[in-house]
Amino acid sequence: MSRLTSTFARTRAEGRAALVTFVTGGDPTPADTVSVLDALVAGGADVIELGMPFTDPMADGQAIQSANLRALAAGISTAKIFEIATAFRARHPETPLVLMGYANPMTIRGADWFAGECAKAGVDGVICVDIPPEEDAELGPALRGAGVSLIRLATPTTDAARLPAVLEGASGFLYYVSVAGITGLQQAAQTSIEAAVAKLKAATDLPIAVGFGVRTPEQAAAIGAVADGVVVGSAIVDLIAKHGADAAGPVRDFVATLRAALNEREKAA
Amino acid sequence: MTAATTLPNSLRALPDERGHFGQFGGRYVAETLMPLILDLEREYRAAKEDPAFEAEFNGLMTHYVGRPSPLYYAERLTAYYRERAKPGFGAKIYFKREELNHTGAHKINNCIGQILLAIRMGKTRIIAETGAGQHGVATATVCARFGLPCTIFMGAKDIERQQPNVFRMKLLGAEVRPVTSGSQSLKDAMNEALRDWVATVENTFYIIGTAAGPHPYPELVRDFQSVIGKETREQMLAAEGRLPDLLIAAVGGGSNAIGMFHPFLDDPDVAMVGTEAAGHGIDTDKHAASLTGGKPGILHGNKTYLLQDEDGQITEAHSISAGLDYPGIGPEHSWLHESGRVRYVPITDVQALDAFQLCSQQEGIIPALESAHALAALESEATALPQDKLIVVNVSGRGDKDIFTVAQALGAKI
Repeated sequence: MSRLTSTFARTRAEGRAALVTFVTGGDPTPADTVSVLDALVAGGADVIELGMPFTDPMADGQAIQSANLRALAAGISTAKIFEIATAFRARHPETPLVLMGYANPMTIRGADWFAGECAKAGVDGVICVDIPPEEDAELGPALRGAGVSLIRLATPTTDAARLPAVLEGASGFLYYVSVAGITGLQQAAQTSIEAAVAKLKAATDLPIAVGFGVRTPEQAAAIGAVADGVVVGSAIVDLIAKHGADAAGPVRDFVATLRAALNEREKAA
Repeated sequence: MTAATTLPNSLRALPDERGHFGQFGGRYVAETLMPLILDLEREYRAAKEDPAFEAEFNGLMTHYVGRPSPLYYAERLTAYYRERAKPGFGAKIYFKREELNHTGAHKINNCIGQILLAIRMGKTRIIAETGAGQHGVATATVCARFGLPCTIFMGAKDIERQQPNVFRMKLLGAEVRPVTSGSQSLKDAMNEALRDWVATVENTFYIIGTAAGPHPYPELVRDFQSVIGKETREQMLAAEGRLPDLLIAAVGGGSNAIGMFHPFLDDPDVAMVGTEAAGHGIDTDKHAASLTGGKPGILHGNKTYLLQDEDGQITEAHSISAGLDYPGIGPEHSWLHESGRVRYVPITDVQALDAFQLCSQQEGIIPALESAHALAALESEATALPQDKLIVVNVSGRGDKDIFTVAQALGAKI
C-alpha cells in the first residue's frame, strides 16, 4: 500500500480528516525549506505538498507567486528540489510527500526522467496544475510506470460528464479545488463544498482533499467534517513570507492549531 | 489556380482534433478552464458552419475595419534594392497594407471574430492581455462597438513605455489594469489575464491577441487572420496574374504571419520567411527569438518553442518592439519551423530601426516596429531574387505608436 493510501486509511480510522499542507520549495531559501518541512510534520501535518517553483505560476495568487519568485531568487533548482525531497524522505520515512507545480519544469528533461527522479527521491505523488486529462500523455504514463501517484484536480466547473475522465488514471487522492479561481483568495461556501464532495464521493473511492482559500482552523474543521483531507497552503506561505528564516516555529504552531481543529472533530464524532 | 488548394497531404489541415500541430499546441490549462475551452471549441465549430456568423464577420470587415486592405507595389523600395543588387536581381516588392485597417494594425481582424464568438456564447464581460497596447486598443474598440465592459491587463513596464495606447484604451471605455508581477510585461499580463479568467469563467470571454494559447485559440485566431492571406492571393492574381514567390512577415506570437501564410501553405512554389525579434543579437541574452534561441516547452496553455533555462524556467524576452517582446511563439509556427515549410530568420533591433527609417523615407509609410522586422529581411531576400520574382511583405501595423521609442533609440528629442 502506498504511503498516501495508508495515511488516508489511518486518518479515516481515526475519525478525522488528513491535514495536507503546502509550502513552496526553496522559500525563502533552499536551506530554510528543510526546517520548514520538519515544522509541518512536527505541527501534525499528515501529507506534505512541496511546491516546485515556476517563473509563471498562473494558477496562483499573490502569496504563492511571491514565494515562487523568492525561491527562484534564492537559487532553487529542480536538482535542489529533489535533494530536499530525498533528505525529507530519510528523516520522515512515513510522511507522504507530493510535488506540486507546473508542466514545464516537470517535463523539460522528459517525463520519464522526472518520474524516475520522483521515485528515487521517495516522492509519493505529483500534482501538475496545467496538465488536464486531455494531455495526460505528457506526464501520466511515466508517473504510473514509476509507481508515483498522479493526483488530479476537480473543480466547481468539472461537471458529471467530465468527472470520469478526471478520475481515469488518477491515484493517491483527488484534490477538490473548492473555488473557481486562484490560490489563496476567496473561501468557498461550506454548503457548496459539501454538495461537491458528496458528488465526488459517489464517483470514486479515492480520498477527497479540499483546498483553495482554506486559511483558519475553523474553516479546516468545517471542511474536515465532510472531506477526507483539508489542504492549507497560502496561509502557511504567508507566515513564511512574514518570518523568513525564522518561520519554522510559527509554522509549526499554526499547523498544530489546524491539526487540533481536525482532532476536535474526532472527539465530537 | 485561383482558390487556396487543399492537398491530400495538406499542410493546412492542422490542428488535429486534440488541438495539436505535430508535437505542438494542445490544451495545457488548469482543470477549471477546461470545460470552458471545450465549450469554446464547440461554439467555434458551430459558428464556422453558420452563414449568419460569416455574413456578420464579413460585413464588419468591410464597413468597420475597412477591408480589403490594399496590396501596394512598393516601387521606390524595389528600385532601392535593385540598385544594390547584382545585375538582373532585386525582386518586385509589394506591401500588404494591414496598417490601413481601423485601429492601425491587423489585430482588429481577430478581435472582431472573437467578440462575435463571445456574444454568441452569451458572455457579458471581456478581458485581454496586451504588450504594446495594439491588441488592447483593438479589444477596447470592439468592446465599445458592441457595448461590453472590458478589462485589459498590461505590464506596468509596458504601461510606462506605451502611454498613448493606454490613454486610447481608456478613451474607448476600457479599464486598464497594471500588472506588477514578474517581469511586468506581456507574458505577465497573460498570466494575470488567465488568473482573472479562472475566477470569472461564468460570464467572461478572454480575447487572446495572438495565434497562441490553449486550443482552439491558435486555430481560431489563425482563421480570423487568414483574411490577410486570402486577400493577398486574389489581389496578386489580379495584379500579376500569378501567385507571389515569397511572403515575409514578422513573428512575435505570430498572428499576422500565420494569417498571411496559411492560405499559401499548400502552394509549394510560394516560399515564406518569418522574422523573429533578435533584440541585441541572438548570441546575447537580450532577444525574443524563441525559434532560433529557444526550445520546446509548455506555457500559457500550449506546447511551443520558448525562451527558457535548463530547468524550464521562462527567461525574459527583449525586443525594441513591445509587440514582439514575448518568450514564446504560436504553436503552428513551431510546427512550420520543424517541418521546414517556413524559414525563420532573426532580425536585430538595429536592423529593424534601419528598415523603419528606410520604409518611411522611400515609401512615405511609417511602419510599426513589428512590421519593420519583416521589412528588414528585404535587404537579403529582395537582393537574392531576380527582378521577375514577386515578394509580399505584411506591413502589419502603422508606426505612429512607436515614434517615441524610435526617437529615443536614435537619440532624438521630441
